[in-house]
Formats: sequence, C-alpha cells, structure tokens
Amino acid sequence: MKSRMLQRVQLRASTATVARSRVAALGSVRAASSVSQRPNSEFVQFPGALKSAFTHSLNFENPESYKALPTYRVVDQHGVVVDSSFEPDISEQQVVKLYKDMLFISIMDLIMFDAQRQGRLSFYMVSAGEEAVSVGTSSVLDPEDVVFCQYREQGLFKERGFTTKEFMSQLFSNRNDPGKGRNMPIHYGSKKLNVHTISSPLATQLPQASGAGYALKLQKLQNPESKARVCAVFFGEGAASEGDFHAAMNIAATRSCPVIFICRNNGYAISTPTLEQYRGDGIASRGIGYGIDTIRVDGNDIWAVREATKKARELALQDGGKPVLIEAMTYRVSHHSTSDDSFAYRARVEVEDWKRRDNPLTRLRKWMETKGYWDEAKEKEARDALRKEVLREFSAAEREKKPAIKTMFEDVYDELTPGLKAQMQELRELIDNYPDEYDVGEFEGGKETLKS
Amino acid sequence: MKRQVARQFRRALGTPRPVPAAALPLHASRCYSTHPPNAKLNLPIEYGSTPLLAHSADVVQKNIEIPIEVRNGATKKLNLFQAVNDALGTALAEDESVVVFGEDVAFGGVFRCTMKLAETHGSERVFNTPLSEQGILGFGIGLAAEGMRPVAEIQFADYVYPAFDQIVNEAAKMRYRDGSNGRGAGGLTVRMPCGGVGHGALYHSQSPESLFTHVPGVRVIMPRSPIQAKGLLLSAIRSNDPCIFMEPKILYRAAVEQVPVASYELPLSKAEVLKEGSNVTVVSYGQPLYYCVEAIRQLEAQRPDVSIELIDLRTVHPFDRETVFSSVKKTGRVMIVHEAYTTASVASEVAAAIQENPDTFNRLEAPVRRVAGWDIHNSLAFERFHLPDITRMYDNIKRLLDY
Repeated sequence: MKSRMLQRVQLRASTATVARSRVAALGSVRAASSVSQRPNSEFVQFPGALKSAFTHSLNFENPESYKALPTYRVVDQHGVVVDSSFEPDISEQQVVKLYKDMLFISIMDLIMFDAQRQGRLSFYMVSAGEEAVSVGTSSVLDPEDVVFCQYREQGLFKERGFTTKEFMSQLFSNRNDPGKGRNMPIHYGSKKLNVHTISSPLATQLPQASGAGYALKLQKLQNPESKARVCAVFFGEGAASEGDFHAAMNIAATRSCPVIFICRNNGYAISTPTLEQYRGDGIASRGIGYGIDTIRVDGNDIWAVREATKKARELALQDGGKPVLIEAMTYRVSHHSTSDDSFAYRARVEVEDWKRRDNPLTRLRKWMETKGYWDEAKEKEARDALRKEVLREFSAAEREKKPAIKTMFEDVYDELTPGLKAQMQELRELIDNYPDEYDVGEFEGGKETLKS
Repeated sequence: MKRQVARQFRRALGTPRPVPAAALPLHASRCYSTHPPNAKLNLPIEYGSTPLLAHSADVVQKNIEIPIEVRNGATKKLNLFQAVNDALGTALAEDESVVVFGEDVAFGGVFRCTMKLAETHGSERVFNTPLSEQGILGFGIGLAAEGMRPVAEIQFADYVYPAFDQIVNEAAKMRYRDGSNGRGAGGLTVRMPCGGVGHGALYHSQSPESLFTHVPGVRVIMPRSPIQAKGLLLSAIRSNDPCIFMEPKILYRAAVEQVPVASYELPLSKAEVLKEGSNVTVVSYGQPLYYCVEAIRQLEAQRPDVSIELIDLRTVHPFDRETVFSSVKKTGRVMIVHEAYTTASVASEVAAAIQENPDTFNRLEAPVRRVAGWDIHNSLAFERFHLPDITRMYDNIKRLLDY
C-alpha cells in the first residue's frame, strides 16, 4: 500500500512536468488534451467528455424518453397571435411586401410548372407550401449576409430583389442569364444579392457555408471596421442525411463559424417520407449533439420564422461567432419537381388538406385581414398584376437569344487552355462542314464566336 | 490508426543509413529498405549526388525559370517538407487571405510540413479540422468562394476519396456555373502526400492523380524536388484555378537541395526538359524521375551512340503538350513512367495525345510504352515488384531502341 502511494506521487509529478513543457512549446495553440483526472472527483475528466458525472446505475439513454422538441409559433392556423410578447417589428407596407413576395413565387410557380408541361422549358421545381421559410428568413437577414441555397428557396431571391427578368433569364437560359445557360432551371445565383449559385448535388453547400462563415469571421477580424456578417444556408431534411451535413455542423461548431443552418423539413425527399429518412427527433435534435444552439419553428408561420432567424443572427455573431440551427417544419404541397408525380406515393387528400387548412400564404393573409391590411379586392388586384408581370417577362425571355456558343468553353479554367482552344476549333470546323446539322441561329453571334 | 501509421512513417522516412549486417539479427528479406546484393541496376537512389537536385548555389543560379535576383540571392539547404513549409510560410506572410488547415496541421503536421506556422501566423489562420475529408474540402471551397486563399491538407492522398464529390462537382465547376457572377473556388489549393514509401501498403501509397486528370477545371501538380515544391506550391496558391498539389512523401526527407530563400514561382502546366537527347523521350513526374535518371545513365553508358531525353511534366493536368510533342518529333520513341496504375492513367492520356497528333504519329518509330504500376492494389510485401523500378525502365528503353 505504501509503495503504491509513493508511485502515484511520482507519476503525478512527472505528468505535471510534461504538461508544462508541452504548453510552453505550443505557445498559443490550444491543447485540449492537457486535462487530468482529479482524485475523488465526481466528474469524469476524460479529455473527450469533460463534465460527465459518474453514475452507478446502468442506464442507456432512450430517445423515446425525451419529449419531441417543441415547435415555436407566433401566429396560429387561424391567423391569431399566440405569442403574447409578439409585436410586429415592420410597417404595414413592409408586411404587404413580404406577402406579395410569397404570392409572386406561388404565381410564378404555377405558370412555370404549366410552361414546363407544354415543353417550353426543360425543368422546374415549385416551392408551394414553403414560401414563408425562404421569404421570412430572407427578410431579417442583412442583404450583405452570404447565402447558400439548396433549390427550393425562390422566395429568398425574390425578397432580396431578384427581378422577374432575372428569374426568367435563368429559367430560359438565355443570353442574360449570368450562369450563361450552363445550369438547369431554378439553379439561380447572384453576386449582387450575395447568394451563391445553386448546384444540384445535395448538401455540398453545407460545409461550404461553414467555410464561407469562417471567411466572414476572419475578414471581420482582419478589418474590424467592416460589417459583421453571417452566412445562411438552406437544405431539406433529406439532404441532412448526407455526410456533408455531419461534416458541416461539426466543423462549424469546432471552428465557431457564424452560420445559420436552416432546414426545411417538409416531410418528403422526393418519395421518401421522413420515417425512412431518420428515426430521431427530426433534424433539430441533432444540432444539440454537435453543440449547436437549435430551435424548431413552424415554417408555415412567417412571423415565427422571422423572430427565430432574427434571434439566430444575433446568436451567430455572439462571442466571436457560432453556428445556429433552425428546423422549419412545413409540408411539401407540390410535386418534388416537374419530373415527379407525387400522387404515386402519397394520397391526394393529404395534400389537399395541407393546402386548404395550413398554408403560409393564407395564414399571413388571415393575420393581415384582422389588422385591416388586406382584403379580397387587394388580393385580386395583386394576383392580376403579378401574373401579368410574370407573363410579360416570360415571353420576353423566351424570345431572347441563347448565350454565345464560345461561352461553353470559357470559365472552366481562368483562361482558355491550349487544349480547350483546340477543341473549340474542332467544333467550329465540324459546324462549318455540316452546316445543316446544327442550329446555331438561336445563339448570340452564331458560330462566329468559336473563333479563338 | 491513421496517425499511428503516420508516426511510423516519420521515423521511417529518414534517409536510410547502411546498417552493418552483424548488428541485425533479422533475415535480410525482412528489411524493407535493402536491395539484393548482386543488383547492378536496382541500386538505392543516391539523393546526395543525383543530378536532379541542386546541391550547390551555383546550380540554382543556372535555373532560368527563377527570377534572376532570386536565384542570385541567398539559398538554404532544405528537404522537401521544409520547402513546403517555407512556401506555406511565405504565402501566409505575404497574403492575409491565405489559410492553412487539415487534420493535425496545428502542431506541425504528421509529416512536419506545417511546423511553426500556427505559432507564427496565429491559430485563426493555421488550424486543425475535425477528421472529415469531405468537410475539409467543403470548408475550403466555402472560404475560396468568399475570396480567401485556403490551403487544405488531406493527410494521405489515399484518403481524398470522401472529398471526391466536393472536388469534382463543386470546386471544379464553381466558376463555370457562377458564370458572369464571377465567383469560384480558384483560390483553393489541396495538398496531399502521395506515392509509395516502401511499406505503405494499400492506404498509404496511392497516387490517385489520374482520377483528377479526368476533371475539367482543376490543375494537378506533382513536384520532384524542394525547389519545385516551393515554386510550384506558391504558383498553385496564387493561381485562380483550384489546384491539387501532390507531394511524393518518400521525398519529404530524402530530397535535399539548395532552395532560394526569397519568394518565387514556377510555371504551371509547363513541363521541364531535364536532359536533352535524340533517340528516346522519357516522360515522367515526381519520384520515378530519380529512377529514370539512373536507368538512362546505365543505358547511355552501355550504348554511347544513344542519347535519351528526359522530361518532367510537373503539372500532369492540363499537361504541357507542346514540350512533349516537340521532343517526340525529335526522337520518335517514347516511354511514359509513373507510379499510378497503368490503365486510364496519365501515361494513357499522354500516349493517346502523341498518337492523335499527326506530327508525332508520323514520326513514331516504335509503339509508345507505358511503364507504371501494375493494375493491382499496392500490397505491403510486394511493393518492390509493383512500382516501376530502374530495371523496368532500363528494360523498356532497351525495347524501344531495339524495336
């Protein structure tokens, strides 16, 4: 017994020396592994879990023993305010603007969906039922905050000021499309509005948002005069099953990145219901596991979305920056895309119920009507005006030329490589030799642009 | 597990010192770094005397690619990991948008490439990430998209595959899809140790460069020496294209030369003619170049009428066609050498390009030979038979000459 005690003292002395010298050598570098177990401590001081109390009862944590995280709402389905502390922070005019933004998206969705059915554009995705998430979050972010989208966030573009012409130019991939006709429809992007161009691979934008958020944080550190900004990133509950979701949440937490993760949990990933997507308490419960401040909100309540995002933005900028997760519960009223018939995997009546009973547009409209901001006449007038605007830009965009053929070789590298120049020349010769085989007339500048 | 292996590597990567046989009770075949006693071709590379490395400052002064004031300025003896470290330090010092990160980079990296960088430039700019390759690359792309110049490290090229989606679908396509918005991931550089090291087996030996040469939009670079590592890495970091920078880990400690102290760049997508010749063109990059030099030396010694040209591609994608073509037009015979598997490799692409070009096709006097790793996985006990060695190169040049 005595000798054991003696040995212990020696050991402790030697560990202490090692720890000191290591700290000195590492300088400012954080060494989390320099924790040691104190004698008689009630907590396990393993480096991997610092404040875990010892327990002598063998007990597995059962997810079902926890109540599902609550869903924050401000206004109920009937347009009645349920959060008594709620005071609208914007004027009547601004509320009407948000409503019209949502309305615009729902009208454009109908027109473009039909246009796709007529074969006038290759593809489309509507965002019916989810307009409040995109418009609501957008309305409380700073216009200079950087945003990454998945693809069902048309409302954010609209709220930020994307014009009808810009929507249509992208959808018809004409010469005014900044994406130069390279992307499928609805893959919008805007440098002016600080929204990164959408890409089809799911969840890839999530770790990118963590990196972008870290860039914003560093830029603020390097230039303290500059504005503090956050990065916001949207994704569906299906995308959250990708490895990139895990990577993004974890790295954002460990590097304290000012990022707001906004999950649109609409119940379906194409045909897969959430029951086959996960078994935990949605996406929100995972945020806590990563050490991230998390809230679940009613995504059909634009006021709840706004309040939560406003607070999330504050939190994200606190203490030098940290990530926040918002899970917005909604229902995908529409088909997944124009290539999908959702009645193949869910009942039509279920969809009709959601449309009728709980819809973000009607909820805000009911609230506005109780305030005297809105009525049937205004509704009709707004609908007509928006419909006319969309149709006008629709036909203008449809008539525009496509981008120059040369642009298909550009922007692969910073400059055209000798190999690409040679391939461009080869295409040019092919078109020269088989003029009847290729329709170059609809492209700006015809085949002439292929001259390097 | 990864870390443990890395630690063993660090020890093993030291220049092999001859150990007296008596002191070693083990059977000779158990020692990874020995060679057969009767071998005349497959001898260990003498890195201390190879002409591929600048052993003195006056060799550096003859390097016309380096600006004159830099090459006439001070030089310092550095090995390859120190040259990488020097380039990263230079990049961090001269541009505050440069950020260095990856698994275990904060304490200096498992290969010592990021030593002292965190202490010098701060833990905000040089830091560890969680153990997630897709996270590292996605994070890097996000930084680049917001105007930073991230330098991400993948601990071994063998572990880059989880990040394949981020590289191929995101980094490579970002500028293209953003169009006239003008954003992209061009600021991104990804460093990764690659290649055989004698005992790296399946997951510490791979050379996956050809998987990236099939991707438009990225540049793939592999240096052969400390001077190149510094100059090409600085070019990659400053380049507006996403760059994949592959560092042959066997050279980290073995390759030592005089490296200019000042900052300089070496051109990307530009090959270097290491030795002029008129009968055969040997094209390679990275570590096998040292074997090529030995094979050529032996062959030229035996056949004084023959002279062989040696080309270092340096950037394997997009590669410098002009330099390769003009050499083949002169020699009419080509051998392409690398460690990576033969099928659908860099050698396949170079060979196809030579065949496709009428000027080189007409001039060919023998079929193009690819000398590369067999189409098998890199297995621990058999590496010496798998990766191209001096004997295989010697034999293949002979076959080209005798065709």
